Parts: sequence; structure tokens; C-alpha cells
Amino acid sequence: MTVLEVKNLSVAFHTESGPLEALKQVSFSVPANRSVGVVGESGCGKSTLINAILGLLADNGEITSGEIIFEGDKDLARLDPTAMRGLRGLRIATVFQDPMGALNPVLSVGRQMRDIQYRSNLSKRDKDARSVAMLRKVRIPDPESRLTQFPHEFSGGMKQRIAIAMALMMEPALLIADEPTTALDATLEVATIELLKDLQRDIGCSVLFISHHLGVIAELCDEMIVMYAGEVVESGTTREIFHDARHPYTQKLLACDPARLSQRVARLPTIAGTLPDLRRRPSGCVFQPRCDRADAQCLTPPPSAVLGGSHIAHCWHADIPLGAMNA
Amino acid sequence: MSSDDLLRVSDLRVSFRVGGLSARLAGRATEIEAVSGVSFTLQRGSTFALVGESGSGKTTLARTLNGLQPVKAGTILFEGQELQGLSNTAMKPVRRRMPMMFQDPVGSLSPRLSVRSLLSEPFVIHGLSDRDLNAEVTRLLALVGLPRDFADRYPHQLSGGQARRVGVARAIALDPVLVVADEPTAGLDVSVQGEVLNLLNDLRDRMGLSMLIITHNLHVVRQIADRMAVMYLGRFVEQGETEAIFRAPHHPYTAALLSANPEPDPDRVHQRITLPADVPSLLARPSGCEFHTRCPQAQGRCAVDVPVPVAVGDSRLTCHFPLNT
Ligand SMILES: Nc1ncnc2c1ncn2[C@@H]1O[C@H](COP(=O)(O)OP(=O)(O)OP(=O)(O)O)[C@@H](O)[C@H]1O
Ligand SMILES: Nc1ncnc2c1ncn2[C@@H]1O[C@H](COP(=O)(O)OP(=O)(O)O)[C@@H](O)[C@H]1O
Ligand code: SF4
Ligand code: SF4
Ligand SMILES: [Mg+2]
Ligand SMILES: [Mg+2]
Repeated sequence: MTVLEVKNLSVAFHTESGPLEALKQVSFSVPANRSVGVVGESGCGKSTLINAILGLLADNGEITSGEIIFEGDKDLARLDPTAMRGLRGLRIATVFQDPMGALNPVLSVGRQMRDIQYRSNLSKRDKDARSVAMLRKVRIPDPESRLTQFPHEFSGGMKQRIAIAMALMMEPALLIADEPTTALDATLEVATIELLKDLQRDIGCSVLFISHHLGVIAELCDEMIVMYAGEVVESGTTREIFHDARHPYTQKLLACDPARLSQRVARLPTIAGTLPDLRRRPSGCVFQPRCDRADAQCLTPPPSAVLGGSHIAHCWHADIPLGAMNA
Repeated sequence: MSSDDLLRVSDLRVSFRVGGLSARLAGRATEIEAVSGVSFTLQRGSTFALVGESGSGKTTLARTLNGLQPVKAGTILFEGQELQGLSNTAMKPVRRRMPMMFQDPVGSLSPRLSVRSLLSEPFVIHGLSDRDLNAEVTRLLALVGLPRDFADRYPHQLSGGQARRVGVARAIALDPVLVVADEPTAGLDVSVQGEVLNLLNDLRDRMGLSMLIITHNLHVVRQIADRMAVMYLGRFVEQGETEAIFRAPHHPYTAALLSANPEPDPDRVHQRITLPADVPSLLARPSGCEFHTRCPQAQGRCAVDVPVPVAVGDSRLTCHFPLNT
């Protein structure tokens, strides 16, 4: 079963200087009980992708083509706002970078956790007991006494764990997480990954997980997609991508991870150049202006090179493995 | 204080009132010590990293150095001047020399102000509007490697990395000697993170800056920090030379933290030291060694005797049974 299938999705933002194509022909799927990771440079369209799925694009944004099939039968790209609101928070839950987006500063945490359970018939006391259990699961100390506290009384990391607890209360089919572990220390980050894995087993949900921390993606996700300038440039299992990345952008991204450096270096590796202006995409391969491997062929749109299994790279020269580039 | 010591913090304590009347009537604790007896020295031109559990007091410590949180006890000696108890007015010139980059970079750039206004603001705040602000803006943009015409952009027209560069430029606008940066690369991809850290390193070399950096990314700590400290429940449980700590952590919590560091390899078999889930509350600090409720090495006396700081090699730590000795 596939929980989410995104097919040829394109999104444009209308700006004063013309349309900005933030997503272009994005396709991937999230199978049941799986975690799919999304990685890519700041501004490559990860949050736009999530907003498109949730029907929360900014007013100047528009889905210009494609489908977002949820649970086999609903096309979220065409769903009316009322039906979409019915899914959000119930079947599709979210956790974002900034936990204050999920928390109301003027209500106690206990009150907010009870409010999310408004559809349940449990008594107030039983709802609070569930809240306490959930807070304990995300490692909030003294959960009983914490229920009466307000968000500002918690540290940044604690607020994020509370936001995760609130998202999980609903037992969603799909949890969308945009950098939820950015504020957590390594032990709690790992604990959160373990928690998300447990949850998947417990209630059988899928996770679409965005993170800049490649180590976290490697640990949590079964599959991943690599985005560049609004396009999926490579996708496959996590193992395929980390061990045998074939797209030059993916290879460079992996090489920039300080986790790969065994020695302290004078200058950290970076990718020279910047993302192209999405109002004026280069013709041909979108990575061409920054690619060392570019040649005349790259001025025409690259094919999808199928590298076996589900592993695909959109590149004319996807035959050169990772080690060959580092050497 | 040696002449190379830029900042010397001794037995610093910072507390918050919590709970309120009902807690007081019920006889519960109404005060938490978020920073609880922290001592360290930061040398000129060096980078010091602060890591630790979220809620362990890192941000509170940084804010206190900057005079944004009152000191309950202890001393902060910065460039030979005692900062504890200084009024907001008296702290103002200190902040020119010890600028702070706050934890939430997106929120800290006001969306309605152009980059020019954002970079002029520090001069205006410190009553230096008579300077040639256009020249200052141009100088700052060049320092952080942004083109001059970025002065006319607004925050929403900047990429994540560019916004962070503007944040750095604001921090170093006046006459910085120590930059306090709370999670300066959170939310950045690895390539842009590398750019920002290279920029901070360049500024350190070119302007002789010192840095105090708070980060959760242990790979980053290893790349940029000369010394580091590990915080737990408001205390430094271990501090020392970064490379030495990574090679051989002495405190069991440090060892657990370093073993948890996620690595970019799905096939990696982790030999993790897993800790029990319950992080103790600052309202009910454990007896003896405060880490004993979660420590895999704990023995009988750990629940009773408070460990005193000991030196092992160049590191200082608080544990009765240090590892790797
Ligand atoms: N409302 C909008 N109007 C115009 N352009 C927008 C709008 N929202 C996003 N964009 C642009 O769309 C592109 C993708 O942005 P998005 O926020 O999805 O990036 P991201 O991958 O989530 O980045 P980060 O890693 O920094 O969070 C960027 O070029 C961005 O500037
Ligand atoms: N304004 C405040 N009022 C009450 N408690 C606070 C306040 N700010 C922080 N705290 C508490 O102080 C402790 C340390 O918080 P903080 O310094 O933000 O931690 P860190 O930056 O290490 O995550 C936490 O227990 C937090 O809940
Ligand atoms: S198609 Fe050409 S320019 Fe694009 S990534 Fe591949 S080699 Fe580089
Ligand atoms: S003193 Fe005991 S409980 Fe504390 S860290 Fe050392 S071994 Fe663990
Ligand atoms: Mg984003
Ligand atoms: Mg903090």
C-alpha cells in the first residue's frame, strides 16, 4: 500500500517579476509503514513540497500541474479546503522546525493536549492521563506537574518534544516532519528517532522527514529523495544513496557533511556557487552551472537514469560512483 | 587572570522563579537554578563550544554573560571588568564588545527592514548615527562576503545562508572581541553550514575574535572548537580540550553524548550508550552525583556523595569513577 504518491507535481509562486517555479515535475511515493527522507540545500523547495501536500501554500502559490494521491483515493491537489481541514491533524500530522507554531503561548500545555483530543469520548481525567503518557514518551520530566505549565516555561528542546507528543496523540496515517530534531541534543535526537520508529510499528504510520542532518536521515529513513532547485535529482533507498550516490549534486552534498571528516580541516568543504534564480531556470540540467562534470550534452534536459531497484538519478553522467569523484 | 584570558566565569549561578502561589502553598520548590555553579575561562582568539541536553542551561548562560539575565551569585570577569550586577546602561558598551547571535535567526531579522537598515541598527542603538552609515554597511557586507547591492534586499529575499551572513554582520558591526553565538548553523544544509563556519573562522583569524558557540552538532564542535564544555542540569560535568574529549571522554554523560552522534551511514552498527529516558527535573535535583539516576557506571556512593571537580589530564570533570583514565 502506498500512503502518499506525488506525481509530476509543479508549484509556482507568482511574484512581481514573474512566476517562480519552486517545484518542477516532482514525483515520489511514501509506502505504508515507511520513512522517506527529503534532503537538499536551503531554498530547494522542501517546505514548499510539504505546504503543497497540506494545502497550505502561500496565497501567491499555485499547483500548476500534477497529483498528490493520499491513501489511494484522494487527490490532495484538488481536494476542497473543508475536506483538507478534516485530514490535517487527524490523518496527516505535522511537526515543524519551530515548535511555537504548534503551541499556543497563552494556554497551558495540559489544556492544549486535552483540546486536541476533542473527538474522543474519554473523560477529562482520562484525556489528561493520555497526555501525561505521551509527554513521558517524549522524555519530559515530571509530566504530571508540567501539564499546568505554559510553553514559555520550557526550553526550546522541550517545546519541540511537546509538539511531537501533540502530533502523535492523533495516531495519524502520515506524519510530516520538517526538521523536528534541529533543536535537540544528540542523545534526545537519537531518542526521537527511536520514538518515531516505535510509533511507526505501534500504529502503523508513515513518515515524511525533512532534515539537514544527513546522519539522522541515514538512521531513520528507509528511502530518500534528494532535491535541487525544486526538482528531485536522485531517489532510492537510504542505503543506495549514502553508499552509491550517482548525481553530482548528491555526491557533493554528502562530501560537505562534517561527519565525513576524520580530521579537523582548515576550511570546511562547501559547494561553490548558488541556487539558480527559479524565475530563470537554466535550460537543460538545472545543476549545470555548478557541476564539474557538465559538458555540451548537459545543455539539454537529462534523462532519468535507472540504476537498479528504485534508485534513479536525473543526470547524463550518472555512471560515475562516489569514490571516483572524491579521489 | 592571565593576560590571555578574555573571559573568566567563576561559580556562576542563575535562577528562575517557577510555579507561583499554588506551588508555594503546597510547599513545592519555587525556584530553579538553570545555571548552577559554572566556572570556565575563555582565552583570546580561541573558540569555546558549549554542548549538552536541551534545557541544560546553555542559552541561559549565554544570555547571562550578555547581561540579559540577572546573576544570582558568582562572577563574570570580561576584559578585566566585573559584569555581574551591572545595570542595563552599564552593560551597553560591553555588548558592543561581546555581541550575541540569538538562537532563532529567522525571527531575529525584522522582515520590514532592508538589509541596509538591519546593518545600520547597531550603530543607531549605540548612539553612533553620526558615522557614515552607508560606508559602514558596505564594509560589513564585504566582511561577510555579500555583494554591495544586498543592502537593498529584504529578509524574505535572502536564502538561509545569506540571512545568517546578515546576522553575523550585525553581530560584528561595532567593536567585537567575543562573539556569543547560540546555534548559529541550526536549520542550514551542510554546504551553507560550512560557509557560515568558514566565515566565522576567517573573522576569528582576521579580527582576532574569540567565540563562544552553542551547538547540538557534535561534528561541528569537533571542527571548530579549541575547547568545549558539556552541560548537565545547569552544571559543567566535563570541560577540556575538544580533541582530547572526543578521543577519550572521561565523564559517563560525555561518553553517552558522543556515542549518540548520528553518522551518515545506514549500515553503521552503533555501539550506543543508551540512557534511561527520564531526565531529572531542576525542581528535584537528584542526590549525590546528579547524573546517578541515568548513569550506566553508577555505584552505591554515587547516590550519596557529591563528586568534587577533579582534573584528568587537561580536562576537569565531576565524577567519582572517571572513564578512560
Ligand atoms: N510565498 C512565496 N513567494 C515567493 N517565493 C517563495 C515563496 N515561498 C517560498 N518561495 C521560494 O521558493 C523556493 C523554495 O522555498 P522553500 O521554503 O520551500 O525552501 P526549503 O527547501 O524549505 O529551504 P530551507 O532548507 O531553508 O527550509 C525558494 O526559492 C523560496 O525563496
Ligand atoms: N524565562 C524562564 N522562566 C522559567 N524557566 C526558564 C526560563 N527560561 C529558561 N527556563 C528554564 O531554564 C532551564 C534552562 O533553559 P535553557 O537555558 O533555555 O536551556 P538550553 O539552552 O540548554 O536548551 C530549563 O529548565 C528551562 O525550562
Ligand atoms: S546532467 Fe550534466 S550538468 Fe547535470 S548533474 Fe549530470 S553531469 Fe552535471
Ligand atoms: S559520579 Fe557516579 S553516577 Fe556520577 S557520573 Fe560518575 S559514575 Fe556516574
Ligand atoms: Mg524549509
Ligand atoms: Mg537553547
